[in-house]
Amino acid sequence: MKYSYFPGCSLKGLGRAYEESLLPVMKHLGVELQELEDWNCCGATAYMSVDEAKAGVLAARNLAIAEQNGGHDLLTPCSACYLVLNKTKHNIADFPDIRDRIHCALRSANLTYTGSTRVRHPLDILVHDVGLDVIKEKVVRPLKGLKVAPYYGCQVVRPYSTFDDAWNPTTMDRLLATLGAEVVHYPLKTKCCGGSLTGTLPEAGLRMSYILLKEAVRRGADVIATICPLCQFNMDAYHDQIDRRWGPTRIATVYFTQLMGLAFGFSEKELGLQRNFIPMKPRPVPPVAA
Amino acid sequence: MMQIKRTIKYEADRVRGFSDEIMSVSGCEQLKSCIQCGTCSGTCPLSIYMDFSPRQVMALVRADFKNEVLSSKTVWLCASCYACTVECPRQIRITDIMYALKQRAIKEGIYPKRFPIPILAKEFSEMVRRKGRITETLLVMRLFLKANWRAVLSSWRLGLGLIRTGRFVVRAERIERQAELQKMLAAAGNNNVRPTEAA
Repeated sequence: MKYSYFPGCSLKGLGRAYEESLLPVMKHLGVELQELEDWNCCGATAYMSVDEAKAGVLAARNLAIAEQNGGHDLLTPCSACYLVLNKTKHNIADFPDIRDRIHCALRSANLTYTGSTRVRHPLDILVHDVGLDVIKEKVVRPLKGLKVAPYYGCQVVRPYSTFDDAWNPTTMDRLLATLGAEVVHYPLKTKCCGGSLTGTLPEAGLRMSYILLKEAVRRGADVIATICPLCQFNMDAYHDQIDRRWGPTRIATVYFTQLMGLAFGFSEKELGLQRNFIPMKPRPVPPVAA
Repeated sequence: MMQIKRTIKYEADRVRGFSDEIMSVSGCEQLKSCIQCGTCSGTCPLSIYMDFSPRQVMALVRADFKNEVLSSKTVWLCASCYACTVECPRQIRITDIMYALKQRAIKEGIYPKRFPIPILAKEFSEMVRRKGRITETLLVMRLFLKANWRAVLSSWRLGLGLIRTGRFVVRAERIERQAELQKMLAAAGNNNVRPTEAA
């Protein structure tokens, strides 16, 4: 199994623990990832607020490079990148004026894009290509007794997801159960974390993260599993401000790939878990099953 | 005494052609079929903070109240979670309409002054144009300097935490073929040059 890999800016910065856990886990499962050559920023939500045509060009350059480098599916872990690359792919197919402008821009750099590159989330690839049975075979330290709230956030499941439901996705639930964890019923699993509003308008943004944290605590979760670097940052790094405003809501938020790595027997350090502001509560380490 | 605010809109406040302009944007055509049901406002997790609810924005755009919409905080509070777009019974891409409005507000410079969200959008696009990638910590520092330098002081704990956890990146990420990307962005930005052929 081979895929092109589009890390996105966050996985080289604030969300580096996502990459640090994703790469060893994928390698362990025999999935070959090749980082997209000279990839550029997807544009995220911010660039689309300034200029839609240019935002489309940013995304299309990556799609074109992926197509010209073997045409493998593009594994895209960051939710914003996943949405923007998929959106651009749809826009090119659906709207002739957007298609013309993007093709014109691509031609100025001798790039072409026929529309074949598929943009896929690691959850999709893990559950549908690798398979839960294969993942189960690799579990040597089941996450027995660990209560996990599965949090998907918004931009992977809405509106361009091809692999799961917009309001009640279940792929991560099933994956976490395969690792031996106890999946907590968490109805806020696709409610927005506030996105970049935590930094630009804290009174609104932080409150949205707080609601998610509080709900997980009330549901008895030990830890929240996330699939997005911005969600992880919002729900991990602002605890001092959230606690000051609304009272203590200490709960760790980690990437689902970190939980996979733990179940596969990797150490916390190998998975970037030391990068959390709020660390996961230490658990008794069960012996490795033979 | 109770303050009575003027809430009446007059014909003269309308900017003719604004709704047509927005509905001519690819993906925004469906706005004409809005039935004002309010599902968008009901699903929006941020509508409680907005000056106009998403439903009101749809009505205002359709009625050509350009200045009211573009100077509102509503469009900047949209966090792009796409809940409204998925739920709209008329398949209106409300999130995309919010983007079309943001773009016009920036272009015409009529967003609320010192409001950090449009400043972030502009700083973000400038960093992409110059480097091809975003280095988040550098971006946030630029935002603080432009929008609210006092925020630096209140965020010292966050900064220290990022240093402690090894997430504070100071070396700017950049792509190799920046000239290529700039050329492409320039080619996309020139509205006057129509592509000669469809590839």
